[in-house]
Amino acid sequence: MSENLKPRYHAEVEEAIRWALAGDKTLEVVGRGSKRGIGRAAQWDATLDLSGLSGITLCEPAELVLSAKAGTPLADIEAAVAANGQELAFEPMDYGPLVGTAGGVGTIGGALSANLSGPRRIKAGAARDHFLGFSAVSGRGETFKSGGRVVKNVTGYDLCKLLAGSWGTLAAMTEVTIKTLPRAETEETVLVLNLDAATAAKAMTAAIGSFVDVSAAAHVPAVAAKRIAEIAAAGTAVTAFRLEGVAPSVVHRKGLLEDLAGPFGGLGTLREEVSRALWRAIRDVKPLAADGPAGACTIWRISTAPSRGAEVGNALAQRAQAEVLYDWAGGLIWAALPPSDDAGAGLVRAIVAAAGGHAMLVRAPAAVRAKVDVFTPEPAALAALTKRVRNSFDPQGVLNAGRMWAGV
Amino acid sequence: MPVAMPQSDGAVLARRAEIVAALERIVPGEGVIASEHAMRPYESDGLTAYRQLPMVVVLPGTTEQVAAVLAYCHREGVRIVPRGAGTSLSGGALPLGDGVLLGMAKFNRIRAIDFANRVAVVEPGVTNLAVSNAVAHAGFYYAPDPSSQIACTIGGNVAENSGGVHCLKYGVTTNNVLGCELVLMTGEIVRLGGSHLDAAGYDILGVVTGSEGLLGVVTEVTVRILKKPESARAALIGFTASEDGGECVARIIASGIIPGGMEMMDRPAIHAVEEFVHAGYPLDVEALLIVELDGPRPEVDHLLNRVQEIAQQCGAVFYRASTSEQERMLFWEGRKAAFPAVGRISPDYYCMDGTIPRAKLPFVLHRMNELSAQYGLRVANVFHAGDGNLHPLILYDANKPGELDRAEAFGSDILRLCVEVGGVLTGEHGVGVEKRDLMPVMFSEADLNQQQRLKCAFDDKGLLNPGKVFPTLHRCAELGRMHVHAGRVAFPDLPRF
Repeated sequence: MSENLKPRYHAEVEEAIRWALAGDKTLEVVGRGSKRGIGRAAQWDATLDLSGLSGITLCEPAELVLSAKAGTPLADIEAAVAANGQELAFEPMDYGPLVGTAGGVGTIGGALSANLSGPRRIKAGAARDHFLGFSAVSGRGETFKSGGRVVKNVTGYDLCKLLAGSWGTLAAMTEVTIKTLPRAETEETVLVLNLDAATAAKAMTAAIGSFVDVSAAAHVPAVAAKRIAEIAAAGTAVTAFRLEGVAPSVVHRKGLLEDLAGPFGGLGTLREEVSRALWRAIRDVKPLAADGPAGACTIWRISTAPSRGAEVGNALAQRAQAEVLYDWAGGLIWAALPPSDDAGAGLVRAIVAAAGGHAMLVRAPAAVRAKVDVFTPEPAALAALTKRVRNSFDPQGVLNAGRMWAGV
Repeated sequence: MPVAMPQSDGAVLARRAEIVAALERIVPGEGVIASEHAMRPYESDGLTAYRQLPMVVVLPGTTEQVAAVLAYCHREGVRIVPRGAGTSLSGGALPLGDGVLLGMAKFNRIRAIDFANRVAVVEPGVTNLAVSNAVAHAGFYYAPDPSSQIACTIGGNVAENSGGVHCLKYGVTTNNVLGCELVLMTGEIVRLGGSHLDAAGYDILGVVTGSEGLLGVVTEVTVRILKKPESARAALIGFTASEDGGECVARIIASGIIPGGMEMMDRPAIHAVEEFVHAGYPLDVEALLIVELDGPRPEVDHLLNRVQEIAQQCGAVFYRASTSEQERMLFWEGRKAAFPAVGRISPDYYCMDGTIPRAKLPFVLHRMNELSAQYGLRVANVFHAGDGNLHPLILYDANKPGELDRAEAFGSDILRLCVEVGGVLTGEHGVGVEKRDLMPVMFSEADLNQQQRLKCAFDDKGLLNPGKVFPTLHRCAELGRMHVHAGRVAFPDLPRF
């Protein structure tokens, strides 16, 4: 069994990484392990557990910033900002239910390292867009920082962007600063019933390009809709649009949206609390949850241009027997494929490549994730650049070695 | 020139004729400029106190030509400075005497507009405003709007991660760019992102944005375009103390409102502007806010009422909300003319660009007044109040001996002050040459070394825009060395499980 190093403060993180460097060991970097099963399956000599670095260190709602130790539970941060009428606008999803780990336990460091986002991605961006600064220890065992604690800053390279979505392969973050934003006063969701994916895509792309200013647009085919309590009663596919803001604005835009969506199909409405529950279910991909009817399936996460979503989803359904779910106005597709030794990787990636975009294998047995590329393989020049970037932070390949690609 | 640039390489200069000939083979016709007279327009950018003629100017027209120029320079050890429209306020496009100035002006086409996916694919030499103009017929626009938007290019915007007055609500360049084609110093061409939202691997596009032309040359950019808000209204709000203005900004945000724009001016700026533009600004106030709300009309009216209530609670002595588009534009005309207006009351001015935690504004303004007295130079302040981005304008006369040096020293003190109160050296203008030597005020040697190691991953010979951003240049081999040795590291005293 491998060793578990659990530093209590920054200096001990540095010490741990230097220890690994000196002994030529690799480290698995974890917060509270909610996304541990995501990525290439690899073996590490020891675990660097950052959950001991916890606590909010600065909370200034009027400045729109919050700083916290990297291992602080996301739930604690969300509660603290909610107390000030704010939220994390990037609406970080909880991977727990989808990958079969305990839900609600993720940390802020994990959310940033995985560049999490949610249905509001189309309007407010992802974690990367709200990540202002950090302190970290590189794979060289050296402490460094980047960014700051103000919302506007172009001093030096924006290393926050690079660390967001690097899955812990560049540095172990110890403290981070993020942007917090006012939470909408109210929300409402308009449903359009019984659309096929292609028609839903037309309705969704029309909505995001209109004055309606939706903060989320998703299409849930009939099979998946049955597994979400808030819309199961529809008995059909459901295309959902979320409106957020002050009440007079939501009322006004709802009128615009109904005019726009009415010609597509029958309409429904979900008010505040029900609307929130629906978007949480979509955010966390509840219809494909590990403990649900699709629990045995392989899960792919596909990012493409919204107008190409239906074409990708339909091809996956027809050629790979996939069950699919669309978020981001069609630009994000969750696909559940029947289990197989190769996760259907060749077919999935060929379909996605034809439309533009990329596919990430999110859920599959470790044996499959050891053999199939989890992240989209990069063309030679880009792959070489990726490797050089990785080496510039972690030349010995200590941190989460091999989690993104073999040899990276 | 107080900031030292890398020493010219005599061996490269001795080969100038050969280098010019090689570039002429790569970019035939009128793509290479080598006469001193014709290179003159390229000798400086928006930071006009710094001037340097390049060794040669090359104006490629295709990605393949850019790649061939970079590959040639990489092979031959020749330095390169990329340039868009040359509007940098930090000297980001300042040429090198032994370097090739790579002008991207020929990349001026809009390649594709895709309203369904809300993206436009443009070449880097297209101006910021031209993107908005190209999509305006369908009611769309490109949100980042730096004040130089008539002239500055998208390529330069990517290099500098440009902002503008609307970035509090709509983000800066990095939040509005989805993809690019990037030529590396080796001449290799990579594509990053596209019309989809998430990066596939490392967010290389994210770190190239704002890298000030040190990591690669962008030859195509995919930008996010947005539907233009249905309506917009602005309010002018005056206060007799800057503290009250600052408090009003904080309360507007704390009440849950993120305005489309929120600008502040101090008394000297208000007076300079009003005399110049006659925008109807009150002259008996210490701080003037412009707060703009945009969105559906019912929302704008609703929120503007709330802003008025907050302004009254904060002791506003002047409040006027625009009732027509013409009036709204007039309110903005004053703010947009702030720099030229200050130019009228002083022979020269030096524009600074720090960001501070907004709560520190009264303290920073107070200290700035003390520094103003100490240096004997006036200062006027315009301020992106929503995000804490200060633009102090230091007034001086370059013809008076020593005044430019004093202005620069004053400016450095202001930026040190910004860092001292928890802010940063630059909010949107970039480090460039101008703030390069102040980087250690904000970053440790280890911080800067890590950034330079990243630079080495893109540019192993340090040929791309050297002399910018980093105060000390290290060789990549030296930076790459590891100093951890088994015998010298203590076994960690860590809790284990």
